[in-house]
Amino acid sequence: MQTSYDVIVVGGGHAGCEAAAAAARKSARVALLTFARATVGAMSCNPAIGGLGKGHLVREVDALDGLIARAADEAAIHYRMLNRSKGAAVQGPRVQADRKRYRGAIHRMLDAQAGLTIVEGEADSLLLSGGDVVGVALVDGRTLRAASVVLATGTFLGGRLFRGDEREEGGRIGERAATALGGQLRAMGLPIARLKTGTPPRLDGRTIDWARLETQPSDADGWTMSPLTQARRLPQLACAITRTNEETHRIIRDGLGRSPLFDGAITGRGPRYCPSIEDKVIRFGDRDGHQIFLEPEGLDDALVYPNGISTSLPTDVQVAMLQSMAGLEQVEIVVPGYAVEYDHIDPRALDASLAVRDVPGLFCAGQINGTTGYEEAAAQGVVAGANAAARAAGDDPVILDRASSYIGVMIDDLVLQGVTEPYRMLTARAEYRLRLRADNAETRLGAIGLTHQLIGSDRAARLANRGRVRSEVEAELGQVMTASALMKAGAPVRQDGARRSLFEWARFPEVDAALLLDLAPALRNAPADLRAEILEDAHYAPYLQRQDAEIAELRRNERVLIPAAFDYRRIGGLSTEMIERLDAAKPDTLAAAGRIRGVTPAALAAILVHIRREAA
Amino acid sequence: MAQHGGDTIFALSSGAPPAGIAVIRVSGPQARGALEALAGRVPPPRVASLGLLKDPADGSALDRALLLWLPGPATATGEDIAEFHCHGGRAVVAAVEGALAGLPGLRRAAPGEFTRRAFDNGRMDLNAVEGLSDLLAAETQSQRRAAMAMAEGHFSRRVDEWRRHLLDLSAMAEAALDFSDEGDVPNAEIEERIGEGIRALAAEVAAVAAMPSAERLRDGVRVVLAGPPNAGKSTLLNALVGREAAIVSDIAGTTRDRIEVPVAIDGIAYLFTDTAGLRDDTGDAIEAIGMDRARAALDAADIILWLGDAADAPREDAVIVAAQSDRERSARPGLSLSALTGEGMGELRALLHRRASSLLPGEGEYALNARLRQRVVQLLGHIQAAGSADDLLVAAEELRLARGAVDAISGQAGTEDMLDRLFSGFCIGK
Repeated sequence: MQTSYDVIVVGGGHAGCEAAAAAARKSARVALLTFARATVGAMSCNPAIGGLGKGHLVREVDALDGLIARAADEAAIHYRMLNRSKGAAVQGPRVQADRKRYRGAIHRMLDAQAGLTIVEGEADSLLLSGGDVVGVALVDGRTLRAASVVLATGTFLGGRLFRGDEREEGGRIGERAATALGGQLRAMGLPIARLKTGTPPRLDGRTIDWARLETQPSDADGWTMSPLTQARRLPQLACAITRTNEETHRIIRDGLGRSPLFDGAITGRGPRYCPSIEDKVIRFGDRDGHQIFLEPEGLDDALVYPNGISTSLPTDVQVAMLQSMAGLEQVEIVVPGYAVEYDHIDPRALDASLAVRDVPGLFCAGQINGTTGYEEAAAQGVVAGANAAARAAGDDPVILDRASSYIGVMIDDLVLQGVTEPYRMLTARAEYRLRLRADNAETRLGAIGLTHQLIGSDRAARLANRGRVRSEVEAELGQVMTASALMKAGAPVRQDGARRSLFEWARFPEVDAALLLDLAPALRNAPADLRAEILEDAHYAPYLQRQDAEIAELRRNERVLIPAAFDYRRIGGLSTEMIERLDAAKPDTLAAAGRIRGVTPAALAAILVHIRREAA
Repeated sequence: MAQHGGDTIFALSSGAPPAGIAVIRVSGPQARGALEALAGRVPPPRVASLGLLKDPADGSALDRALLLWLPGPATATGEDIAEFHCHGGRAVVAAVEGALAGLPGLRRAAPGEFTRRAFDNGRMDLNAVEGLSDLLAAETQSQRRAAMAMAEGHFSRRVDEWRRHLLDLSAMAEAALDFSDEGDVPNAEIEERIGEGIRALAAEVAAVAAMPSAERLRDGVRVVLAGPPNAGKSTLLNALVGREAAIVSDIAGTTRDRIEVPVAIDGIAYLFTDTAGLRDDTGDAIEAIGMDRARAALDAADIILWLGDAADAPREDAVIVAAQSDRERSARPGLSLSALTGEGMGELRALLHRRASSLLPGEGEYALNARLRQRVVQLLGHIQAAGSADDLLVAAEELRLARGAVDAISGQAGTEDMLDRLFSGFCIGK
């Protein structure tokens, strides 16, 4: 067996698969280490991929030639564009994926990736040499050597499952925890904390009375997660919607005494935006019901995922509460829901390349960094894998900033702010939201992906072609027209004597799309997605320009560097809390320091004064 | 602890001697040492106690003084502070300062250094520093009060309220954007609440934007005396300012240029402007220029004293003054007065005080300088744009920009530029 690699990735979930594939795309020799080959690419929770903010991440990973979007398309049995009535910037593409087919797609892509080997085994510990990571020792005594190691262990570090008074060690139901490795990370002095998350019971779809329920069909208009996907492949299924009711809530309240969430057994913080049904009933007691989406898990699979009812109540309470809801009167549970508590690393110990600052050669991605969600994990996987490969090859690190992508926003948030609950992407986190849209991910990230050799030839060809069409369209939209010329052409715009480019005129409601296409034939001939992207840019142009100015200012403050050994204690007047946060995150620049929560303008000014004084 | 390169600074921080009491403040790591050296002991923190100050060089008594020991960082500068409240004679102050200067590690404070340290150590925000800078420059009671209000953070607290309000509104907008699609958040209801919140906040910010400006407070309320030639404007000016600032004669058109006289009356700073008399026909080119200048002064006036026919008054709110009442027999409309006999002068002063007070911040109110006013207006613009946007995405973007504008008021954005401006324009020396 080969024992020497450039990069070892520990864990075959969404972060691990993307990390291994990204490193291999950068020509690294990669080992993907997993407990069991069959679980690689498993969707352990929701069968959905994408959503608000998350759909952006999926498109961005795809723009860097990652796996998740294409695998999702291969497995998609339901497409829904969330927020369709709102602007493109907050629209969120989401699919329900057939669990088995998704895993199959991931396996095929990994198998086809040159330089990538899947190794079955359990990591026992990191091999260290003079403080640097040089490989991984396996429980069975084998050792693998590599210049970089990516930890993508999900909830498996110190994982502990809870259901009622049942307890089990493990990261997922039926799988064991990675306990030894967790112990070593603690011993190395890495800051470790605990978080919790939960999953709902899985239902047998044959015991659901679908006819009684409102259904939500798949979007009919044929969009796909990845632009490289030519067309949808699988037949589309509908989801159904049911609701909790007063009776459901009563059953839950009566069962709370037996919930590990409320008897003090679980100490980790759970996510506020994805609360357990117990939390929902307690915190929003005034609501008479909560929507539950019944999502099919596959075409030839009777399992149904009831989205919105994550719980760790005892199994008998789970059954009673489900059967109190419309359509579920006879429902049978296949696997009951449970909560999982797990170790994560305080991501403030990482830098923007997702490298552990104090352990050269070690990278972390996914839930181990305190995030939740396949999409968040996949996005970190690409960055950690690319940087692990870059380190092994001596290349420049791949750093995405907040102005470039949701990936950049997420990583900046993680490494500067840390987490107090599992971190989930929201569009509200992106200050440059109007430009960071799901529909322009490849425009934003294509060049970066090419520069860092993350993009294969198919997509490179697509990008080149798209770039050509775009410049033709931009040339046509650059032509200046007067208000009166436009009036003659048929648009009843106000005759203010203004001369504007066609691009500027495009945001006026009087200038309709048909006329625009007549005036700019290149736009008519452009692919529909590019056309929509350019028109959306035109619509929000004044805001995008203002953001350009903001970004320039941001990059200026990014040039004020804070020395690595800067001692915040020497600046009097900073609160202990502020000093702790600044010390934990060790911001590289004044701009980064300013983004740390609780750092006041006065504190920032004091920091600046001290930097200047020390430099003088 | 907050320390500054080991330097300990001292300065007389009360007014110039002689005075009843002189407060000499010492800030820095050697503050404690200064107490030990001069008073032979360190009193308990934050409790005033009496002590005999001796010159450490020869043991001679300097003064009996009140001693204060204020250990950092919860002090005005964020550093250890010692205060000596001495008798306020010049010789005493000079002797104590001399003794302090002789101690190792102590030096006289550079202008503004105490404030600079307070700011560096995060003890004051930018608005408070600016308020303090205004306070040091304040010459009149109303200037002092407004600067006090700013330094005490009244305005900062107001801005903090806005910030909280904006965060609430933003949070609602974001909830509607990210969580309304699948029924978690009731969209229509929340948009209505956002609209109401924006209107309320806009009204509040607009009220502050309309408040009196610090420049008016600093440079004085502009009172322009105008009217036809030979109406007695210059005589009245001289009477108001209490000195012969303008040449007075019976010859019409004696005053050709504007004469500006700053003066404080009853705690309010005024800038009185005497102008060339206005008449329709003049063959004199210089007088014509003077009349143009008079009109420009009228345009910029806060209060106009019009010494002419009420019908010719340049503005409706002009105060009509029937001057030279000592020369007239029949009463004319307006405030009848004689600068020569003093008749009506008290009434005029009271009227000016009333008018000026309404233009200036009241007790406990602050005044905005040009920088802050511009920011507040910018903030208002974003809030109003958020209110009129029909695309929730745009409303959310404007709210985000409004949050940025609030940050800019308390000094986050463009930190470097602002600091440079602030510290270069800051007369330091407290």
